[in-house]
Amino acid sequence: MNVLVIAEHDNTALRPSTLNTVTAASQLGEVVVLVAGYECQAVVDEIAVVKGVTRVLLSDDIAYANGLAEPLAELVAGIGAGYSHLLAPAGTFGKNLMPRVAALLDVAQVSEITGIVDADTFKRPIYAGSAIATVHSSDAIKVLTVRSTVFDAAGSGTDQAPVEPLDAAQAPDVSAFVSRELTQSDRPDLTTARVVVSGGRGLGSRENFAMLEALADKLGGAIGASRAAVDAGYVSNDCQVGQTGKIVAPDIYFAIGMSGAIQHLAGMKESKVIVAINKDEDAPIFEVADYGLVADLLEAVPALNEALNN
Amino acid sequence: MKILVSVKRVVDANVAVRVKADNTGIDLANVKMAINPFDEIAVEAAVRLKEAGAASEVLAVSMGAKSCQETLRTALAMGADRAILVESDIELQPLAIAKLLRSIIEKEQPDMVILGKQAIDDDNNQTGQMLAALLGWGQGTFASDIEIKDGRIDVTREIDGGVETLGLKLPAVITTDLRLNEPRYVKLPNIMKAKKKPLDITTPQELGVDPAPRLKTVNVEEPPKRSGGIKVADVAELVDKLRNEARVI
Repeated sequence: MNVLVIAEHDNTALRPSTLNTVTAASQLGEVVVLVAGYECQAVVDEIAVVKGVTRVLLSDDIAYANGLAEPLAELVAGIGAGYSHLLAPAGTFGKNLMPRVAALLDVAQVSEITGIVDADTFKRPIYAGSAIATVHSSDAIKVLTVRSTVFDAAGSGTDQAPVEPLDAAQAPDVSAFVSRELTQSDRPDLTTARVVVSGGRGLGSRENFAMLEALADKLGGAIGASRAAVDAGYVSNDCQVGQTGKIVAPDIYFAIGMSGAIQHLAGMKESKVIVAINKDEDAPIFEVADYGLVADLLEAVPALNEALNN
Repeated sequence: MKILVSVKRVVDANVAVRVKADNTGIDLANVKMAINPFDEIAVEAAVRLKEAGAASEVLAVSMGAKSCQETLRTALAMGADRAILVESDIELQPLAIAKLLRSIIEKEQPDMVILGKQAIDDDNNQTGQMLAALLGWGQGTFASDIEIKDGRIDVTREIDGGVETLGLKLPAVITTDLRLNEPRYVKLPNIMKAKKKPLDITTPQELGVDPAPRLKTVNVEEPPKRSGGIKVADVAELVDKLRNEARVI
């Protein structure tokens, strides 16, 4: 039976996490991708050549312009019975949409899977990643959200998958888009960046946090933060890494001035190389760091910036 | 306006949990329990709406073992007016919880339901969205701000790249993100007062819902341990290691 991946996009470009979701879906069956949006042909062109995608369904309608869960869930649930699995990346888009789809189909959802054991059995983290649960679903349709950092991104080929139009579905008129404020940044996207420079409460002020921005820019990295740093107002909410924020797995993660609470580790411990800088040598962050430097960050970070110039 | 909030009893966020030796679950014996932090934010949001005159009644609902009464008493001490416990000894999963909530909502007719966006034990992040689907209501998930206008509510939501605002018709379902508010500390006199507030107990059977789990947990294991690395003496050694050993910069 075919599996359906719901593409996450902004009508002009595909979110890269969709490609990781295609890889996960390929382990379960022939992959069909649904692109629901408005004037989103560019997204269709992008996904149609991705390896493993056998068919693209396009529902182009103003109702889907802003990714509202209410109309989208009706569309997905309306065609859901034709698939064994429905998958979306576990970002805020998928987390908002997929449980609504599951309830409309009267099936359970398995959230944020990190492994596929077989067609009915999946691994997922619980308790902020303190444990990994293996869960078996007895429902006919499996609704899954996928942690994109654990699956490789599907590459592009030259074969073009056929595109089929899909009519918009009837939906209750209960929600409307008002506005959106996206954080403006020239830095790479936090969830896909190769380098992440993250700061905690130890930075002490918004001004000091700027040192990390210099380091991130030098390395072409993104800025991350602990909950404490966000709560203190050093950096915007969407920079939070952890259990309830973003999950990242860059090649190198700098954890600077943060203790390493379990809730934060949940969002970054899959990073390839972790560097910790903290003046408290007993900070738990050193237990997961590949390279730990016990030092005052106010001296160490400028020194690091300087050393990288050479 | 009447507001329903749901609260879950979970392991306290500061407890380091352990996997049971037989890999059947998490060891909950003698572990400190608390109200799920996101649900505490939900109760606070509802109570503030009442204090501002926008709501007339706040009803708190919890589900699970008898001990969930403690969690409901916390909600009552924060300012909820009354509470309902759906008592069940079997594991209640999000779809069953959403159906149980729907059954209560059909009876209670609230204008708004506020839930935490996820529980910090199973990290599912599903119940609010499922409930909104079952009711055919709009959903404002991961809310960082809410503003009631004539017959509708504007919900500002935390999304991956920033924030967005949706306008929802009432009734609606809201789920809370971390920065919607900072919950109050409960004062002793309010804890005493909460003991006298009404707390009704019902069951899935009385609510006409089959709560049988759809997912079976077959194994719970420790995550792979990340082996700790080395301490470097100074910045020069760090840069050397990153360049020549890890080769990542």
